[in-house]
Amino acid sequence: MKTKKLNFDYKYGFSVKSKNVFTAEKGISEEKVRMISQMKEEPKWMLDKRVQAFQFFLKEKMPDWGADLSTIKFDDITYFIRSTDKQVNSWDELPEEIKNTYDRIGVPEAEKKFLSGVSAQYESEVVYEKVQETLIKQGVIFCDMDTALKKYPDIVKEYFGTLIPYSDNKFAALNTSVWSGGSFVYVPKGVKVTLPLQAYFRMNAQAFGQFERTLIIADEGSYVHYIEGCTAPIYARDSLHSAVVEIFVKTGARVRYTTVQNWSKNVYNLVTKRARADKNAVMEWIDCNLGSQITMKYPAVYLMGEGARGEVLSIAFAGDRQHQDAGAKMIHFAPNTTSRVVSKSISKEGGRTSYRGLIQVMPQAKNSSVYVSCDALLLDEHSRSDTYPTMRIKNNESNIQHEATVEKIGEEKLLYLMSRGLSKVDAETAFVNGFIEPVVKEIPLEYSVELNRLIRLEMEGSVG
Amino acid sequence: MLSLHNIKVKVGEKEIITDFSYQFEKNKIYAIMGPNGSGKSTLVQSIIGNPLYTLSKKSSIEFSSKKITNLSPDKRAQLGIGITFQTPIALQGISVFQLLRLALKNVDVVKLYEDIERLAKELKINKELIDRPLNEGASGGERKKLEVLQMAILNPSIIFFDEIDTGVDIDSLKTIFTFLKKYRNDKTFVFITHYSKIFAYLKPDEVLVMKQGKLAATGGREMIQKIEKKGYEAF
Repeated sequence: MKTKKLNFDYKYGFSVKSKNVFTAEKGISEEKVRMISQMKEEPKWMLDKRVQAFQFFLKEKMPDWGADLSTIKFDDITYFIRSTDKQVNSWDELPEEIKNTYDRIGVPEAEKKFLSGVSAQYESEVVYEKVQETLIKQGVIFCDMDTALKKYPDIVKEYFGTLIPYSDNKFAALNTSVWSGGSFVYVPKGVKVTLPLQAYFRMNAQAFGQFERTLIIADEGSYVHYIEGCTAPIYARDSLHSAVVEIFVKTGARVRYTTVQNWSKNVYNLVTKRARADKNAVMEWIDCNLGSQITMKYPAVYLMGEGARGEVLSIAFAGDRQHQDAGAKMIHFAPNTTSRVVSKSISKEGGRTSYRGLIQVMPQAKNSSVYVSCDALLLDEHSRSDTYPTMRIKNNESNIQHEATVEKIGEEKLLYLMSRGLSKVDAETAFVNGFIEPVVKEIPLEYSVELNRLIRLEMEGSVG
Repeated sequence: MLSLHNIKVKVGEKEIITDFSYQFEKNKIYAIMGPNGSGKSTLVQSIIGNPLYTLSKKSSIEFSSKKITNLSPDKRAQLGIGITFQTPIALQGISVFQLLRLALKNVDVVKLYEDIERLAKELKINKELIDRPLNEGASGGERKKLEVLQMAILNPSIIFFDEIDTGVDIDSLKTIFTFLKKYRNDKTFVFITHYSKIFAYLKPDEVLVMKQGKLAATGGREMIQKIEKKGYEAF
């Protein structure tokens, strides 16, 4: 077993003793893929899709253009764990150790205060789910994907894998073959869900793989804000989180998807996220990556309808032995479409952040407008930040803006703040918070407070 | 209140201050004058604890009978040493309000904001500037005024004004000094400058002349005339 420097400041690094109902043997095979499908009593088309995806996963090479993934041991991972045998809609009905876990993370508390609905996934499956009655009456569906496949098979079949086919990349294929859990959201025409829906993802086992699959459909003129949070215990053996998220934003609808990713530093976080925006639709990704060992994630918006708008606002924080390779993809297929990417990355103690972006404006996407701004903040000499922007602009009638800055917290700035009586930690934290402010102000207050607290913890870790 | 003993300062390998001893007293106004490169700013930076400046082992700084030679800049500031910088930097994402709130920790934030607003008005600082990131889009004069405003809120017992007049037009300079007179109380002011023009507004009690890293002469305010007439050559 390799030894690792553990960060004891990580508040969510605790684990509880597992009393799982079922734990698959570690490693992956076609047999195991079939077993997962069988345990879930899935229709044949889904089983077939899983098997095809698995075949593709086997033959597809590891992506070699981004972070170093050579240390992932696919055979050392447990791909499926069922932690309880029934899903509940009351926290008290959860097994004690699972309920305690969510209490410590603060999910039930948040639900009471400001959420429309909550889904909590523990290991491979969603163990708790609740949506406000009023939303149910309006026809809003918020459930886990396994339930959705049983209750709404036609809708799932119509959309599943159409935006992100398994052949998109090796990890989309892996997800498609062993997916379990995740959220299914359907918002009917014209319905505006005022308070956010939240999904909470927790990994408790070590050397585990979580492969949730999320599908969101916002029908014409509707609105929904979906928030996901994620944490895991600190273990010496690495875990893998590889999700696929597909979002369909219909004419005039708006979806906001906020992520506060705070996995422990032994997690590989390799996620494919893509949205399709129809005419005059708005898709906003707000993506905050603080935790994990390696993250590779590039939320995408396919702007398919005239007047559609896509945004990615992201924050990446990389400390010791972390590599955040994150970015955005905006593909303009229709005229008068708009995209905006604002990326803020912070590196400290040898951490590495990369912005990797693709902007593509098709010949027919006339009068489109693109704005990309990526700023990097380096806290010391050992840290690193890279920018890999790709722009493919296929017409001359669009407005393209790209800005990039790299800033260091120099001695001069630190001295200035310290000369006013701020400690070094307070001074650095103030800089980092000032730096990410344009993105943080888009996040609900409860989360931005948490985000600032997490950043302060990271900063204290770097000085102490 | 602030005693400097055998101060020797290096930047890298270069010795800038070769020997400096002096005692600053409470409730007095000082002028530290000298030609460019005589070590005036280096002295101030050493007093506030700028880590770029290395003091020799024998150097010793005492403030209110406490040895502060090895304290970090924040600790010195908390004890009551203040500075207005020669070239105040712009801070991305941090307004003067946010900065002062962090500096004062358990302060009543509403009162703090009102105090800032009131002082800004007295200093004729455009209201917009106090809500914006500090010094972003501010002129030289506005930056210096914002430095003075910070000192008025933080209220240190000794303040070093490093070239308070550079980049400041005559009207702003007048505003600044009218303000300083009003808020001085029993504070010690130390003005670092190579021009004597600011002493038309506020007369120093003591004048220190620095040359080539040494304290070349000290005296009363009559020294200023001597400098005006003969320049630093006379010392």
